[in-house]
Amino acid sequence: MLRGVGREYPGGVAALRDVNLDMHRGELVAITGPSGSGKTTMLNVMGTLDHPSAGQVVIDGFDVAELSDRELSALRATRIGFVFQHFHLAPGVSALDNVADGLLYAGAGLRERRERAEAALRRVGLGHRLTHRPHELSGGEKQRTAIARALVCEPALLLADEPTGALDSHSGEGVMRVLLDLNKTGTAIVVITHERVVATHLSRQVSMLDGRMVSDRTAVAT
Amino acid sequence: MRATPRPGRLSPPDVLRLAAYGLRARPLRVALSALGIAIGIAATVAVVATFTSSRATLDRQLNALGTNLLTVAPGQTLFGDKATLPGQSVAMIGRIGQVESVTAIGQLPGAKVYRTNLIPAPQSGGIGTYAVRADLLDTVGATVRSGTWLNHATARYPAVVLGTTTAEHLGVTTANPNMQIWLGGRWFTVVGILDPVPLAPELDLGALIGWQAAQRYLRFNGDITTMYTRTDPDAVQAVRDLLARTANPAQPNEVDVSRPSDALAAQAAVDKTFTGLLLGLGAVALLVGGIGVANTMVISVLERRAEIGLRRSLGATREHIRTQFLTESLLLSLLGGGAGIVLGSVVTAVYATLQNWPTVIPSWVVAGGITAALIIGGVAGLYPAIRAARVSPTEALAAV
Repeated sequence: MLRGVGREYPGGVAALRDVNLDMHRGELVAITGPSGSGKTTMLNVMGTLDHPSAGQVVIDGFDVAELSDRELSALRATRIGFVFQHFHLAPGVSALDNVADGLLYAGAGLRERRERAEAALRRVGLGHRLTHRPHELSGGEKQRTAIARALVCEPALLLADEPTGALDSHSGEGVMRVLLDLNKTGTAIVVITHERVVATHLSRQVSMLDGRMVSDRTAVAT
Repeated sequence: MRATPRPGRLSPPDVLRLAAYGLRARPLRVALSALGIAIGIAATVAVVATFTSSRATLDRQLNALGTNLLTVAPGQTLFGDKATLPGQSVAMIGRIGQVESVTAIGQLPGAKVYRTNLIPAPQSGGIGTYAVRADLLDTVGATVRSGTWLNHATARYPAVVLGTTTAEHLGVTTANPNMQIWLGGRWFTVVGILDPVPLAPELDLGALIGWQAAQRYLRFNGDITTMYTRTDPDAVQAVRDLLARTANPAQPNEVDVSRPSDALAAQAAVDKTFTGLLLGLGAVALLVGGIGVANTMVISVLERRAEIGLRRSLGATREHIRTQFLTESLLLSLLGGGAGIVLGSVVTAVYATLQNWPTVIPSWVVAGGITAALIIGGVAGLYPAIRAARVSPTEALAAV
């Protein structure tokens, strides 16, 4: 839930201006808009990686401004998952261990991390790629590995920044299917995209322009 | 309101695994910066262990020679003249309970030594002629290299035993009945040649003749130059305090008592200065190695901003990031330190073997090396780790 959120960077650049967004559990939101419209900033603010310079961010009942860095980190470790355009997988480390890292900071033991990582990889359809290293995976498989890493801690909210941006349309569709399946199990998902086709998959669509929300439509049917 | 979320703790194996991962990803750079530490530690370990090994050799040597030999020599009178020891002092010292043996030698300043009677008189070569008693050999721990020591018979006749340096100067290699030298104006037969005598080096450049022979052929007046005593090893200090007064009760201040093994030990102490210098060099190498590690870590933090951002998004606290980079630096230095200890030990072992020394690598040197490496790693890694923890996650993720 964002209330009147603004984010101004030093030098007077306002990336977000008075954004209000209320999300519920299990919602599926697409954020669209041209480059520089504040999509990524909004995602970072929602993910507590960035602090708003105005307004209030409440996640899962916690007012972000009232939490310390340690508490915010713990919040990210247990309730928020991130997926990035460029995957950010650790090179030279197997898919299984990459995914297991998603639980590292939540305080799980190594055995538990690996077991849950394997389950997560099977869930995104990569049960046959456990021991492969990132350079042995295709782009789509890498992004699905990254999604597995984000969902392994069973977050309430998954934030995806251009998850299909670096992929061809076929792999992109595969990734989107995984996200939609995940949403059906109750995880709220926010996807940033500037691909219209991708956005049409999603039930609620928010458009951004120059740091402002210009539209917020909820489709009747998906 | 619900309890605020609390960050998970990383278990020590997880922290180590993270650090090892960071190092494994850049093996060449890790090897090079660990090398800096390794060279510093190796130099320090090698210097200390070499010194210890040479000390062990000296101790072994001293044990073999015995540290219970005391030398008594007449010093100077209050007026600066050369003092003499009374002839009966040998018997008096022999009556001290803890003295195991005592013997005396007397120098004959007038008796010069030449290879033959054809050599001009000034070319005497600084060889000293000493009248000696038969028990000298055992008391100073000397051994005969060639021929025999003086016995009751040869001690009365013109027979001579040469010190090792004397034999070398005169060109005498073996003792035999036909080998004669020109000593004090008459021929003496060389019956024996000594090995070097570490505790009484003055004998090395000496020509030793029997006490009676000296009196009979060279008009020796019986003045004692030096007395050697062996004492009960536990009573060396007590006997030492007694010796001067016993040897010359009238003028104890005119008697010099010394312990030759102390002189050998003092020689080793001189080497300490040199060792200190080498240790200083090792410390400089360590400092340079530490700077190398710091440099590597700073670059690593710059390069791995994306990784830091990702870990922050996965829920790593600043402390987690700081711990990861600090541990990485510690591990890097530890690698270097371990390699350095092995390298230094190998160098010491090779050198000690070449010198015929026992190889001694004290455990405190190993512990010290590891500790030094850890301290360097900690200091060198602190600043980079703090910088890594301060990296803003959003900026880190934006920089791909």
